[in-house]
Amino acid sequence: MTGSAVCQTSRPIPDAGCAIEARSLHVYYGIFRALKDVDLQIERQKITAIIGPSGCGKSTMLRSFNRMNELVPSCRTEGKVMFRNRNIYDSGVDPVEVRRRIGMVFQRPNPFPKSIYENIAWGARINGYRGHLDELVEESLRLAALWEDVRDKLQQSALALSGGQQQRLCIARAIAIRPEIILMDEPASALDPIATLKIEELMRELAERYTFVVVTHNMQQAARVSHQTAFFMMDADRAGYLVEQGPTRDLFTNPRDRRTEDYITGRFG
Amino acid sequence: MNRHRIQRLGFVLVGCASLLVTAPILLVVASIVVRGASAIDWEFLSTMPSQGMKAGGILPAIVGTLWLLGGTALICIPVGVGGAIYLAEYARDTWFTRAIRLAIVNLAGIPSIVYGLFGLGLFVLFLRLGTSILAASLTLAIMTIPVITSTSEEAIRAVPVEFRTVSASLGGTRWQGIRRIVLPQALPGIITGIILGLLRAAGETAPILFTGAAFFLPRLPRTLLDPTMALPYHLYVITTQVPGMPQQVQYGTALILLLLVLSLNVIATVIRSYFRRRRQW
Repeated sequence: MTGSAVCQTSRPIPDAGCAIEARSLHVYYGIFRALKDVDLQIERQKITAIIGPSGCGKSTMLRSFNRMNELVPSCRTEGKVMFRNRNIYDSGVDPVEVRRRIGMVFQRPNPFPKSIYENIAWGARINGYRGHLDELVEESLRLAALWEDVRDKLQQSALALSGGQQQRLCIARAIAIRPEIILMDEPASALDPIATLKIEELMRELAERYTFVVVTHNMQQAARVSHQTAFFMMDADRAGYLVEQGPTRDLFTNPRDRRTEDYITGRFG
Repeated sequence: MNRHRIQRLGFVLVGCASLLVTAPILLVVASIVVRGASAIDWEFLSTMPSQGMKAGGILPAIVGTLWLLGGTALICIPVGVGGAIYLAEYARDTWFTRAIRLAIVNLAGIPSIVYGLFGLGLFVLFLRLGTSILAASLTLAIMTIPVITSTSEEAIRAVPVEFRTVSASLGGTRWQGIRRIVLPQALPGIITGIILGLLRAAGETAPILFTGAAFFLPRLPRTLLDPTMALPYHLYVITTQVPGMPQQVQYGTALILLLLVLSLNVIATVIRSYFRRRRQW
């Protein structure tokens, strides 16, 4: 396993460019080990893609960044995830607070069965937001490039929107709680190609403000949208591990590891 | 026979079956309305029984039933829905929760007279509540809670898991997700369960027989510790215990009980369809 040259784990203080970092991370579901000894650094205000064959632990990796794995009762995590100089798995850390700072967008668009406005305002409300909600809703929708589409129907059901619009609404909803990092789990896999391109465009624009980690099974998408790419595989015992990580262009044109090369050239996966 | 004939035959058979299901209900309602409607006037609804219950009205029975329903609702809604939330959202799958579920299923099948005897033993005698609205409401509530808990748990479980996950991902606590996303979605089902449970409670005689129902008490209850007349028990009394009872009064009383239960049912349906129209997923 090769660490990134960008922010080394051996440094005593995490690199200023490193938004979140997994150190010797192992994740288990019951007795099954889903992730094995992962050291992964995510750069600030960049898009990092996680690629790899099905079942290699990509989603588990993503969900360990905001402790979402814990919603699965049998899940157990070992190792560290460093965020703001703190291990988010320390006993004193509140997972709810972690998730407020590290947002998430899911594979299937999943707006709440409420109005467009309420979908955006929801996270702010439950987190005790004291500012002006109308402004927050507009700003979030603008950032998600959805404002022009929905400005006249904020009180209508979010479920009346198209799939692509719903997914942008979910992005707006994640943005509205002002997270530092946004995790995306195959955010475009349920969308048509045009809606997919819109989401990718949006991610690139938003990367000026936010750090993105995106899981994708689509290598073209990883190549198009990401700055950094991490390639995962699974072992004989089906435990996922990190093969290599690096700038997307280098990884795709000049992979250091033979397995990466085999995967990106389509020899398996 | 070709398959189209078989299909037609099938339609006829299931059509007859559905007719057989509804016919008895319609006949019961019709015969009660026909024979009882003439007994009902304002005096019947608003005065005390007189001449050994053969004349006068049934006001204390109506008021008593409403008291019992109110008391039962106050007890069984929080406990029943609370238990459902716990079972659906918090309880892990252990032998203990499995035992609770088993108990709930079995409680729903216990004959109501057993609840009545249990209420007599626990509330009336042991807790010294006497035969009172409180003791009767508690007994009815114990009978109703399993119905409410199991229907509510089902309604809560029917809300997609995704919403809880999304709520958590937005920095919501588990309770915020339950309170603001899951419960509003499950509300129609929960309300249906509550009203179904209360409907059963409203019509039961056996559980209140020893715990709070009075044979004849021509005054309105003033506190929860008073015994009270109640419609189902009153109906039982005037049909079996009072010789020479005018049939009209018996059917009139049955009609009032039926109307009370039906109106609750209508309320349940209206609430459910209102929420269902607002819900979309």
